[in-house]
Amino acid sequence: MAELLFTPEEQKKFDAQISEILSHYPPDRKSAGMLPALRVLQDIKGWLPPEGIKLVASALEVRPERAYEVASFYVMYHLKKPGKYVIDVCTNLPCALRGAEQMLAYLERKLGLKAGEANALFTLRETECLASCGTAPCLQVNEDHHDNLDRAKLDALFSKLS
Amino acid sequence: MATTAFEPVISTGWGQPQSWTMDSYKKRGGYKGLEKALELTQAQIIDEVKKSNLRGRGGAGFPTGLKWSFVPQNNPKPKYLAVNGDESEPGTFKDRNILTHDPHMLLEGIAIASYSLNVHTCYVYLRGEFKFPAERLQAAIKEAYAAGIFGKTLLGKDYALDVYLVRGAGAYICGEETALLESLEGKKGWPRLKPPFPAVVGLFGCPTVVNNVETLASVPHVFTRGAAWYAGLGTDKSGGTRLICLSGTVNRPGVYEVPLETTFSQLIFEDKYGRGLPAGRKIKAIVPGGSSAPILSPDELDIAMEFEAVKVKQTMAGSGGVIVMDDTTCMVRCLWRIARFYAEESCGQCTPCREGTPWQTRILRKIEEGRGEPGDVDQLYNVASSIAPYPPIGLGNTICALGDAAALPTHSFLMRFRDEFEAHIREHRCPFGDKPWGALGDWS
Repeated sequence: MAELLFTPEEQKKFDAQISEILSHYPPDRKSAGMLPALRVLQDIKGWLPPEGIKLVASALEVRPERAYEVASFYVMYHLKKPGKYVIDVCTNLPCALRGAEQMLAYLERKLGLKAGEANALFTLRETECLASCGTAPCLQVNEDHHDNLDRAKLDALFSKLS
Repeated sequence: MATTAFEPVISTGWGQPQSWTMDSYKKRGGYKGLEKALELTQAQIIDEVKKSNLRGRGGAGFPTGLKWSFVPQNNPKPKYLAVNGDESEPGTFKDRNILTHDPHMLLEGIAIASYSLNVHTCYVYLRGEFKFPAERLQAAIKEAYAAGIFGKTLLGKDYALDVYLVRGAGAYICGEETALLESLEGKKGWPRLKPPFPAVVGLFGCPTVVNNVETLASVPHVFTRGAAWYAGLGTDKSGGTRLICLSGTVNRPGVYEVPLETTFSQLIFEDKYGRGLPAGRKIKAIVPGGSSAPILSPDELDIAMEFEAVKVKQTMAGSGGVIVMDDTTCMVRCLWRIARFYAEESCGQCTPCREGTPWQTRILRKIEEGRGEPGDVDQLYNVASSIAPYPPIGLGNTICALGDAAALPTHSFLMRFRDEFEAHIREHRCPFGDKPWGALGDWS
């Protein structure tokens, strides 16, 4: 299974990072490393393939269901393969008061996607509070944060994404 | 009343070149507080923090020294410190600045707290979306290890302290202290029933202190300048300064460090802070302390942004998030946005919250889109009351305070703006048309 999921380099990276994570916890508390371990898998594969979740569970000595339960609880884990760029647009109250809804509508027109939809290049999501209310409107592209956005800045940002 | 002349404490380094490095922090007197604290006994450190009147900055305002004193030192189990950096209540964005501009201030606070509590392992839990702040903090932790502040010795003293950074993965509920511990244990963030409190049964079943980023970043100053000085900066019941996050329709939103007696009016209108509203706009209402806090009207803004003063108005200073809504704003849409947030972030453990929060959202959306029917407002009130009755007396009908946080805004918006909700239903449309936030920016 592991050979199918990871290349040898990826396997090496996965093993090294998992063992680093486990060194942060008491030896009888391996399962505590679940969130960082799932992140390692997602960093390597771009999402959480079911075989990968099983590998994480096995490294942490828990049942796969436990790992899946955690993976499905948190919004930053991708249980389906997302587009190359995951765009999270904050439309919560402080951002909305500064034009975030209009920004999202503009982005939807620009990308030809509705919030919640995806294509091979983009996954567009409406997200809840990125804690950047003082520099609204804002969004994140693959977790990289961009704020104080206006139309020109947004166009410049997206012209670099292909 | 403050007896010490006001000066910024937490934000002094922000904007200075390389403020996030140990070099810059030390030039500004960094780690001197830790040196002074290490000359005291562990009990003396806690006493100093008590004398400083430092109160938790995460929202509840619980006295920090008292919290630390609850950790039973006769318990043979290891003790833990968990740092709550899961900042994500809409309107609150102060920890992002501390982590980005001055992470060593937090680390120094962690070192002092850990030493006084007999903690040898500290976990800093940051919200997953804080990628850049996490990188800054990780680099600072590395510097602190290299300088012998963490690791086998604590600034040269024979005391081992490990500090690990853990990133969450997108769940507001993990800012609730017991949900945070569950998440740190590698589980979904389901809050625990209390008691037992984390100070007695916390992480891995061991005594644990959970402190907010700003709280711990305040600790070094209690020792560099003295507890009396720190207490003198604040009011009788609350020492130090506060970071206030100003957002919404103001000319200059941002994080401002203010004396506790500063009023909301001063924050919104004074030149050194918000600089008022865009031309032609007036305040309709403000949220005084993060999205869960009941709103205040424009004639109530001449009160201090301090825990006790705000409480008199039956609302809360919370985490210091002030959101300004102007007179072009549709209050139904505002409440819908807030309600949506709590519905998205409900962990699903308690029925009133799991079922009630989406129900609130559906009714609000219906009203905002002109599909509201007579009786909807009463139903909204009933749903909110089923999650947490008004007025709040302790916790509502749920394990944690997220239920209360979801119900309180509904109660307060309905109390103050019921007419606007009724008008939506009567006219079968939003009276603000397609500009419920006024015209802002050019996104045409």
